Amino acid sequence: MRLTVDGVAHEVDVEADMPLLWVLRDELKIKGVKYGCGIAQCGACTVHLDGAAVRSCQVWAEDAEGAEITTIQGLGQPEALHAVQAAWIEHQVAQCGYCQSGQIMQAAALLAEDPAPSDAVIDEVMSGNLCRCGTYPRIRAAIHSAAARLREA
Amino acid sequence: MGRLKTFTRRAFLVGSAAVAGGVAFGIYTVRKPHENPLADSLAPGEAALTPYLRLDARGVTLITPRADMGQGAYHVQAALLAEELDLDLAEVRTDPGPPGAAYWNTALAEEAAEFSVPSEGLMRTVAETAVGAVMKMMGMQITGGSTTVPDQFDKLRAAAASARETLKAAAAHQTGVAADKLRTENGQVLLPDGSALPYAALTPALAQVEVVQDVPPRDPSQWRQLGQPMQRIDILAKSTGTQVYGIDVEIDGMAHAAVKLNPAQGGEMRGFDASVAEKMRGVQAVLPVTGGVAVVADNTWRAFQAAQAIEVQWGPAEMPATMADHWQALADAFTEDARDSRQRDDGDVDTALEAAEVIEAEYRAPYLAHAPLEPISAVVRVRDGKAEVWTGTQVPRFVQKNVAAIAGIAAEDVTLHVQMMGGSFGHRLEDEVVRRAAEIAVQMPGVPIKLTYSREEDMTHDFPRQIAMARLRGTVDAGQVAAMDLSIASPSVMVSQMGRQGISVPGPDSQIVAGAWNAPFAIPHHRVTGYRAAPLAPISSWRSVGASHAGFFHNAALDELIHAAGADPLAERLRLCNDPLARHVLEAVGEMSSWEGVLGDGRGRGVALTTSFDVRCAEVVEVRATDDGIRLEKVWVAAEVGRVLDPVNFENLVQGGVIFALGHAIHSEITYRDGRAEQSNYDGYPAMRLYQTPKIAVRGLENGDRVRGIGEPPVPPAAPALASAIFAATGTRLREMPFAKFVDFV
Ligand code: FES
Ligand code: FES
Repeated sequence: MRLTVDGVAHEVDVEADMPLLWVLRDELKIKGVKYGCGIAQCGACTVHLDGAAVRSCQVWAEDAEGAEITTIQGLGQPEALHAVQAAWIEHQVAQCGYCQSGQIMQAAALLAEDPAPSDAVIDEVMSGNLCRCGTYPRIRAAIHSAAARLREA
Repeated sequence: MGRLKTFTRRAFLVGSAAVAGGVAFGIYTVRKPHENPLADSLAPGEAALTPYLRLDARGVTLITPRADMGQGAYHVQAALLAEELDLDLAEVRTDPGPPGAAYWNTALAEEAAEFSVPSEGLMRTVAETAVGAVMKMMGMQITGGSTTVPDQFDKLRAAAASARETLKAAAAHQTGVAADKLRTENGQVLLPDGSALPYAALTPALAQVEVVQDVPPRDPSQWRQLGQPMQRIDILAKSTGTQVYGIDVEIDGMAHAAVKLNPAQGGEMRGFDASVAEKMRGVQAVLPVTGGVAVVADNTWRAFQAAQAIEVQWGPAEMPATMADHWQALADAFTEDARDSRQRDDGDVDTALEAAEVIEAEYRAPYLAHAPLEPISAVVRVRDGKAEVWTGTQVPRFVQKNVAAIAGIAAEDVTLHVQMMGGSFGHRLEDEVVRRAAEIAVQMPGVPIKLTYSREEDMTHDFPRQIAMARLRGTVDAGQVAAMDLSIASPSVMVSQMGRQGISVPGPDSQIVAGAWNAPFAIPHHRVTGYRAAPLAPISSWRSVGASHAGFFHNAALDELIHAAGADPLAERLRLCNDPLARHVLEAVGEMSSWEGVLGDGRGRGVALTTSFDVRCAEVVEVRATDDGIRLEKVWVAAEVGRVLDPVNFENLVQGGVIFALGHAIHSEITYRDGRAEQSNYDGYPAMRLYQTPKIAVRGLENGDRVRGIGEPPVPPAAPALASAIFAATGTRLREMPFAKFVDFV
């Protein structure tokens, strides 16, 4: 099976129904994608499939074939941050940080769709992403600031 | 501004030791008789150096025995170091100082951290009980009790100040310029002629000079960075997916393991049939472990799948069959025989209760899972009489000891690499996952075994927060609270938790009444009694421990009495408050929220105050009753911490603590049926989500003379302030968590 992740093509030998999450983490060693629940409850595993935010624990490997898969590590790097990552740093969002890959991927997909989301839209779109440390107030603020960064860019 | 007199007065005997390629600075401690029963590897009078920082050719490294589970422990310690050493915070490396590393021995680890048992005023009594002694003993090996900041505050700064002056002495030795003509800046010693010597370049000369002792840490008025907003040292990694957590560890040749444990908590595994699992793709072995079966495979998911395919015969759990039985066990504990403590007994409660109409109520707090977002995991490799462990843990010494016992080797032969943790909330004070990984690893010598719990195994085998019940009897008189008799029953969390480490805990358990018996109110007749219920489900410390239930009970009970008296919840608390620091936090939330009595328009406010871990924390919650249910609008928090070291991280932790507490108070409980937890994932155990999150305003007060940690104290007042707000908005009195069982929330 051929998967394109963060712009790189990989040949993997996995079951058709292995969740993309585990292909990424255990086969391709892309550890920025996190496992939290395995049942679409937490959003820690969020990646982009052709630009749309999906829960990689719910996507079968075979269904990701042929798609552009983007992970947190492809969105931006420490030396070349995506606007959402820069806003996350500006607002010092992370505590334990474990949910933040998924939060950032969800927020980046939201801003690609809606460059100036209202609080109500943010509430709706981001509420599938659980943060057990409770960084929500900073997530809200960081999304507004990322939206401003993207508009200026 | 705070009175910080005690900070600079404490002198420590700072020493140094040569380590591979450099020099370590630390604090000398001498074993005092009876102080630390576990420190038997250190003879009386023998001194051990606890290293706090290392200087070598790579620069400055913080050596921290404390775990970072998201609270920023590494960050704040690095900031303390950077301040004294005139160093850019970004230049400080961290090393969790694993037991077993080159110069880090068991004796050092023993002394690495003394638990700061609060010892002011009334609190002293608890510190002197047997439980207090055990807490202190435990503290030497754990990260918990919000102790990182208070404990490290003096010691780290003393070590760093001494290192700074010793660096100057080394520069003087090397250049011939007198030390008092030298300055430090930006990680360099500056000479009068303007030339600069980087610290790293002075490492060889450091070995030539004596440690400069008795250097007082700088007065906070001279701080450049502490107290100002700064960038957390882990923020870049945690915003780019590049932070490595325990679950991400990769070791060459590693195999992936999963377990299927007896769903009946603690029950035995009586036999299994793995014929299907063994044939599944990638499966390398199916092995018995304590209370269950493990699968070793080439991929985590394949291990999870195979574990599910094993047929197992289970033994029963040792706990009551239904939740009604659990609650009955608590109700049955309100007897003289089960009386555990009475640390508060002001006035004459019995007489007061006879003289007036008695208000009675009963309160309940359920079992709660810790459920940090990163499921627990551990990598263990056993070979050639040695073991190596990679895991996120708050109890490195226990891990070392338990792995050694399982592998049949000495504790010194276990090397532990403490990993960054994706949350804990007390979960990683337990080490079951490491023990099971070790059990697998000894059956497959040489193979690094990474055991990852599925979310379901993690949640159903968590040792949850204690279940607790309280009964109030009280009276009011002439518009004031007159008498309050609060009885609290719970099993002992300390006994359960320490029991799993083979440590028995004598004496009363102060956690049963924590945050209640020390409530800073001069109610004329005021009694708080703890009752110890028999062990039910095995339980463990959950963020803020006993104060998470007892703080709720005391505030909720006081609120009912204040209402019965017809008084204002804030005004009556202020009138009764007999602790100046607590009064300040109450006044602060009153001012922040522009407290006024009745709001109308479906809105209601509640206030609560709890002192836990020596931090006074008050909160006001405002809700609105809407057609869709209760909506949380705003929260105001004030906490007395002596000194706010990093205002941004402080605000984040306080807001997070409030959200954590409100989310559980509204939604969460673990229930057992025949010993089986009935919630196994976040669908059955919901938490607060972004859409429910209120605005949260935070203020740190600095009136106290001791610096305090803030990880836990914001938790206890949140639930009672919410209950009080809902009462104000709707007239519905909530006495049992989770509240969503009784009212709807938006
Ligand atoms: S791991 Fe996919 S949503 Fe939680
Ligand atoms: S930062 Fe810890 S779960 Fe979100």
